[in-house]
Amino acid sequence: MAWWRSLTNKKLFWPLFALAVLLIFNLFFTPHFFRMEMKEGHLYGNVIDILKNGAPIMLLAIGLTLVIATKGIDISVGSVVAISAGVVAMLIGGDLQGHPKYPILMAMGAAILVSILAGMWNGMLVSRVRMQPIIATLILFVAGRGIAMVTTNAMVVWLYAKPFALLGQGYILGLPFSIYIVLILVLLTALVTRMTALGLFIEAVGINPTASRFAGINAKNILFGVYAFSGFCAGISGLVVCSTVMSADGNNAGLGYEMDAILAVVIGGTSMNGGKFYLLGSIVGALIVQTLTTTIYAFNIPPEISKVVKALVVWAVCLLQSSSFRSMIAGAFGKKELSA
Amino acid sequence: MSDMVPIVQMKKINKFFPGVRALSEVDFRLFKGEVHALMGQNGAGKSTLVKVLTGVYRQDSGEMLLEGKQIRPDSPLAAQKLGINTVYQEVNLCLNLSVAENVFIGKEPMSLGRIDWKTMNRKAEEVLARLNISIDVTRTLSSYSIAVQQMVAIARVLDSSAKVLILDEPTSSLDESEVEQLFKVIRKLRDEGLAILFITHFLDQTYQISDRITVLKNGFFIGEYETDKLPKLELITKMLGKELSEFSYSSKGDEKQKAAAAALKDKGAVLRVKDLGLQGSIAPFDLELEAGDVLGLAGLLGSGRTEMARLIFGIDIADQGQIQIKGKKADIASPRKAMMAGIGFCSEDRKSEGVFAELSIRENIILALQARRGVFKYLSLKKQDETAEALIKSLGIKTPSANNEARQLSGGNQQKVMVARWLATDPSILILDEPTRGIDVGAKLEIMEQILNLSREGLGIIFISSEFEEVLRCSNRIAVLKDKAKIAELSGEEMTESGIMRTIAGGK
Repeated sequence: MAWWRSLTNKKLFWPLFALAVLLIFNLFFTPHFFRMEMKEGHLYGNVIDILKNGAPIMLLAIGLTLVIATKGIDISVGSVVAISAGVVAMLIGGDLQGHPKYPILMAMGAAILVSILAGMWNGMLVSRVRMQPIIATLILFVAGRGIAMVTTNAMVVWLYAKPFALLGQGYILGLPFSIYIVLILVLLTALVTRMTALGLFIEAVGINPTASRFAGINAKNILFGVYAFSGFCAGISGLVVCSTVMSADGNNAGLGYEMDAILAVVIGGTSMNGGKFYLLGSIVGALIVQTLTTTIYAFNIPPEISKVVKALVVWAVCLLQSSSFRSMIAGAFGKKELSA
Repeated sequence: MSDMVPIVQMKKINKFFPGVRALSEVDFRLFKGEVHALMGQNGAGKSTLVKVLTGVYRQDSGEMLLEGKQIRPDSPLAAQKLGINTVYQEVNLCLNLSVAENVFIGKEPMSLGRIDWKTMNRKAEEVLARLNISIDVTRTLSSYSIAVQQMVAIARVLDSSAKVLILDEPTSSLDESEVEQLFKVIRKLRDEGLAILFITHFLDQTYQISDRITVLKNGFFIGEYETDKLPKLELITKMLGKELSEFSYSSKGDEKQKAAAAALKDKGAVLRVKDLGLQGSIAPFDLELEAGDVLGLAGLLGSGRTEMARLIFGIDIADQGQIQIKGKKADIASPRKAMMAGIGFCSEDRKSEGVFAELSIRENIILALQARRGVFKYLSLKKQDETAEALIKSLGIKTPSANNEARQLSGGNQQKVMVARWLATDPSILILDEPTRGIDVGAKLEIMEQILNLSREGLGIIFISSEFEEVLRCSNRIAVLKDKAKIAELSGEEMTESGIMRTIAGGK
């Protein structure tokens, strides 16, 4: 049993286990869930859809992982997605011939810049004004929608500039382009946090802010930085969202995404109490959330109860993660296994 | 007074917490019309006793009588209904409400289902007048000084049914004239027949205001005394729990250490503090620390030892004076700057200000060094391991692996990890605030041994402990603190426990 214990003690084990259970369930109960087709040089199918539709949540989850590791929270990311989408859409413009108003790369850069500014605003409130993170980001959660509406003049802006569609609809080697963005961002984040002392400092600030100040860590800058980074991730997510539907809707773009992303981070093993963080866990968490959503659609579960079904599965996954719950179960099945 | 019936009588109170006996058969009496001081060191059981009296805790055995009738309050509210009221150290009022609202919060006078503001304001004025305060009660509380806020907190619990008033460290954030003002009010209330229980760390204030004193130590009742018949020195010995004759131990130091220290002397002072002070925290003080020095800070709880350390390490910012490090003026405006200047500080509160429970021992040790190097010059894992292993070995930290989480360590080993964290930064000054608190005797001795070792290697150390014996054993000089000020420096023959206590008991 030693191998079993060491395996289950790995942080990534339970999220992967939950994902596997979900997929196996689909294998048996959802017809054609794993069927893939090659059409026009790329793959189609539920699994590809999960990757493609899950990408915006994954991008948000990367930034949120670092925020949550500092014992913070950023509930404004969904609204920042809308802002980013609005900015990029307005700068590219709705020209029916597809001629962008400004160069597409420039428009994207501007959208990301605005998103970083939004993140810096959150970071300023949390680190300098010392507001509670949930309150600080609540401001932009509410105001962000308004800003997005102002940006798009309260209209849904449709885009026709073909090259921009690559981000959310393009494919490379049969896989969605957006999933490569996720891969690159998660890799870069992991490199920067683990090859420098940044990861250690973030965890230290999350575990014990006073002690980290006393140890000479500049906790304010760390906090400021993670919120700015979360804004950056939300900006990229906004570009993908906008490109996927080729439109920007201040009211609905990214609506409710913050909750899915927070859920992904928590399912992935990063505690809301701050401290150790698991970037890959968050990605797996986002896959679980998205698989669940896709399963619910594939199953034709009536929309009025789909949220309840989702809640039940999330509840089960969280129980699975709780070590005290697991030892309770183990206790119920006899003590032999525990002492083994 | 002993022939009178006490208003509060606590008999043979026992209170257990997991692993600790917080109160052992404690007796306590409080009379009408007296100010009674409750004295004791850290962990003496003062606050536990008060919490039993005010219904926060329930005693495991023993009985409590109020005016001869047995009581057993099960909540602070129940105690209040019985007439036992407490004003806590941190004034817990609503700063953004008016004075009158604060006085009547939760018991606002009503008429026709609405708050009767006129009556409320008038009554608030009346209550405050009883405390010699006349202010505009409709203004928000935040516009008044802490002293007035304190009075409002008292006014709030003073109604006709109040029989007992408990004041927990009411003077800790007041200046001298404000204290005098408060004392006037306390005396007035006493003369009106209220029984007042006064808890403070300030010795002089105890003598100014109290009629009787009860001393506790380590959860035991030591005695009940009339204040004017108990000399200060005797009070201190009672609090520390030893008779004066027992204090024969004096630090002869170990000769080797003295020789080593002498050899280092000509290097000059590593730390020179001039007139450093912060209003409301600690009176301006001078300090000098040479390489290889161990300067002990001795004083009772609340005497300003920690405050001194916090000023030097830049946690609190001094409002006057300056710090020189190795002869150069240092601007220490944050712990980070203190660290950069070569100072290390181990807080007395290991749990919330020191250890990172979920980080590994290795990470705990290298953290300050890494902070010093900055985010980008990341120590390679190999380098981290080397640093951690070397310190684990030299300090004798007992752990199977440097990769274990720090929370798995015992208190003493966690303390060593804290010391290791600072040693890794190669400091020239190390401040240790109560490094021996809450750890077993063996670990205490080891820590003290390490302190001597480090000083021999040329580190300047400031050592704080509430155990005078430990201070004497480690230090070659001792600064004595009392009531938030440094009052003397002892060296050589004067360094005995009775010497320290005489200094504290002596003049102001």
